[in-house]
Amino acid sequence: MKTLRQLSSARHQVEVHEFGRGEPLLFLHGAGGLTGLDAFLELLGRGFKVIAPHLPGYGESTGGELIEDVFDAVLFYHQLMDDLGIACVPVVGHSMGGMLAAELAASDIHRVQRLVLVSPAGFWLDRNPIPDFFAAEFKDLPALLFHDPNSDVAKFMMTAPDDPQALTAMYVERSKRLAMASKFLWPIPDRGLKKRAYRIAAPTLLLWGKSDRLIPPIYAGEFQRHIRDCRFELIEGAGHMVMYEKPEEFCRCVLDFLRQ
Amino acid sequence: MKFHWFHLMPYRFLPDDFKQKYHSVWVDIPRSLYDPKVGHRLYNEYLDELEFADRMGFDGICVNEHHQNAYGLMPSPNIMAGALARRTQNANLVVLGNSIALYNPPIRVAEEFAMLDVLSGGRLVAGFPVGTSMDTTFCYGEVPATLREKYLEAHDLIIRAWTEPDCFCFNGKYTKLRYVNLWPRPLQQPHPPVWIPGGGSVETWDFCADHDYQYSFLSYFGYKQAKKVADGYWEVMARKGKELNPYSLGFAQVVAVAETDQQAERDYAPHMDYFYNRCLHVHVGFVDAPGYRSANSIRAGLTGQITKSGSWKREGLTWRDFIEHGYIVAGSPRTVLEGLRDAIQSLRCGHLMMLFQIGSMPPELARKSTELFAREVMPHLRGLWPDHQDRWSPKRLPPEQAALPAAFDSQPRHADNSATSRSARRPADEVAQ
Repeated sequence: MKTLRQLSSARHQVEVHEFGRGEPLLFLHGAGGLTGLDAFLELLGRGFKVIAPHLPGYGESTGGELIEDVFDAVLFYHQLMDDLGIACVPVVGHSMGGMLAAELAASDIHRVQRLVLVSPAGFWLDRNPIPDFFAAEFKDLPALLFHDPNSDVAKFMMTAPDDPQALTAMYVERSKRLAMASKFLWPIPDRGLKKRAYRIAAPTLLLWGKSDRLIPPIYAGEFQRHIRDCRFELIEGAGHMVMYEKPEEFCRCVLDFLRQ
Repeated sequence: MKFHWFHLMPYRFLPDDFKQKYHSVWVDIPRSLYDPKVGHRLYNEYLDELEFADRMGFDGICVNEHHQNAYGLMPSPNIMAGALARRTQNANLVVLGNSIALYNPPIRVAEEFAMLDVLSGGRLVAGFPVGTSMDTTFCYGEVPATLREKYLEAHDLIIRAWTEPDCFCFNGKYTKLRYVNLWPRPLQQPHPPVWIPGGGSVETWDFCADHDYQYSFLSYFGYKQAKKVADGYWEVMARKGKELNPYSLGFAQVVAVAETDQQAERDYAPHMDYFYNRCLHVHVGFVDAPGYRSANSIRAGLTGQITKSGSWKREGLTWRDFIEHGYIVAGSPRTVLEGLRDAIQSLRCGHLMMLFQIGSMPPELARKSTELFAREVMPHLRGLWPDHQDRWSPKRLPPEQAALPAAFDSQPRHADNSATSRSARRPADEVAQ
């Protein structure tokens, strides 16, 4: 279910996708944002009340111009949690959302109960540079994002509409979303998490698609080096979009970890 | 009507299979393709061409800024303008320009432009482009979402640095300075004319209108494609109640003149092909970083220097196609005269920046084309726009106050140099030719 919520600060309207019932779980999306057809969120909703907000600048969430860096984004999530009456919550973040989830957990150790980082951004290895996602042509993205670029899910997510008006609308929305993402990821997706990750106290699961070609699994080592309580799991047959490629397996890993 | 000679300074020797074999002419082009010894020759050759344009009576000579680019070898156009300031006396130095969001702090640009203005006796045109997506976001790592805001702040700082009488503090978001106190200050008062080179962002028109700056539409796709941009610009000017003065609009056009139309094709066709198919072979993923263009500009769908549509538009195009699409205005002096008259009148532009040295074109051809234009075309177009005053050209020192470089030593530096070698050539000889 999608709702639009006005934050009490009146700085943002937030598009929130909600699934399931029970204890809350916060999901932070990656640079591409939510698609509106995010089956894995429904699956996570079997165990939790999943709250998946669109970051300002994405979809119908407004006030993107007020969020200029990681600190602004972290304060935005704090404000959202305050408004929702959530004191402490499990947080799952994918890619850019994983980077922001880690920053959120580092910024206040009392706010994040358990942390799941799915192919998270935030570190940089000179020996294993992350490919320039922003410079990739649309047609070349599936090979970066999916284990099998010719799979149905890859085709479904990465097909541009034929209708010129729909194509322009898609281009404008995509540009708006990635412009927001560029504030955290451009030109190198490292905004100093390595200085702050030591603060993360929440038990943490690192979850990676084994054939992630955008942020290769070798990056898990950096997170493990910096986060105290950190375990690592790989999902076979999946790439960077692991939760879209292997939704059942993804959710089983996440829910198993959160129920421990 | 004002005419300017615009140099991009391309690398003339990209391999024949460049387009097939290499990813992009810009941003990640292999450094091994650049031979600095060849580069040495090219810089000197290109400065000669600009100096020749000065002597042929062009109003301005133009240089611009590109980074990591094999068709634009001027990361710092100010260095070229500095060299030209000493070797030219008549033409204005049109620096189109400095991408001011890239300099930290941006007063560096205010300082260098002031230096050029003082050195040249007030011949500087100060160009402030936002800069292409390739140059600013990919090569210089600027976050695309904040580039335009940073640019606007840099602009405000530079204009204040040029105009405020006393030392001031600047508390910007991107630049914070306790003491802004420009030494030297520009010779032209209150400051050199500001031209804004643009690639078709709709916001730039409002910016130019609001500040009374000249707008220069820089495209390589000719006056027919530019009509939509010019119309959009004039619409904004009319809506804002501004004077519809042609001199407030500049336009860049590829031009090539030969004795006859057939000769023009024989002389220039391979170099046009080199320019459009090798020089403009830019990876499309670099063209439009997300956030570089506003949603309004994307929806307006205007084509700039390099565009996605531009790159497919020229696949397999021939000389005839280049001419018919208006990408180039080329042929005999009469053909070029008619083409440019049409271009100038349809766009209503008072400043024409022309690219004469195209792609791989060698100096003798660039010189021939320039000379034919200056002698046989330019005089017939001079009288256009008689009822309008050009408020956007530099106001230089009167000749009696202008300092001149000391006379050159007339002896060749090396005994083995022939009379025709570079170091023995004198500007005076060329004028006499």
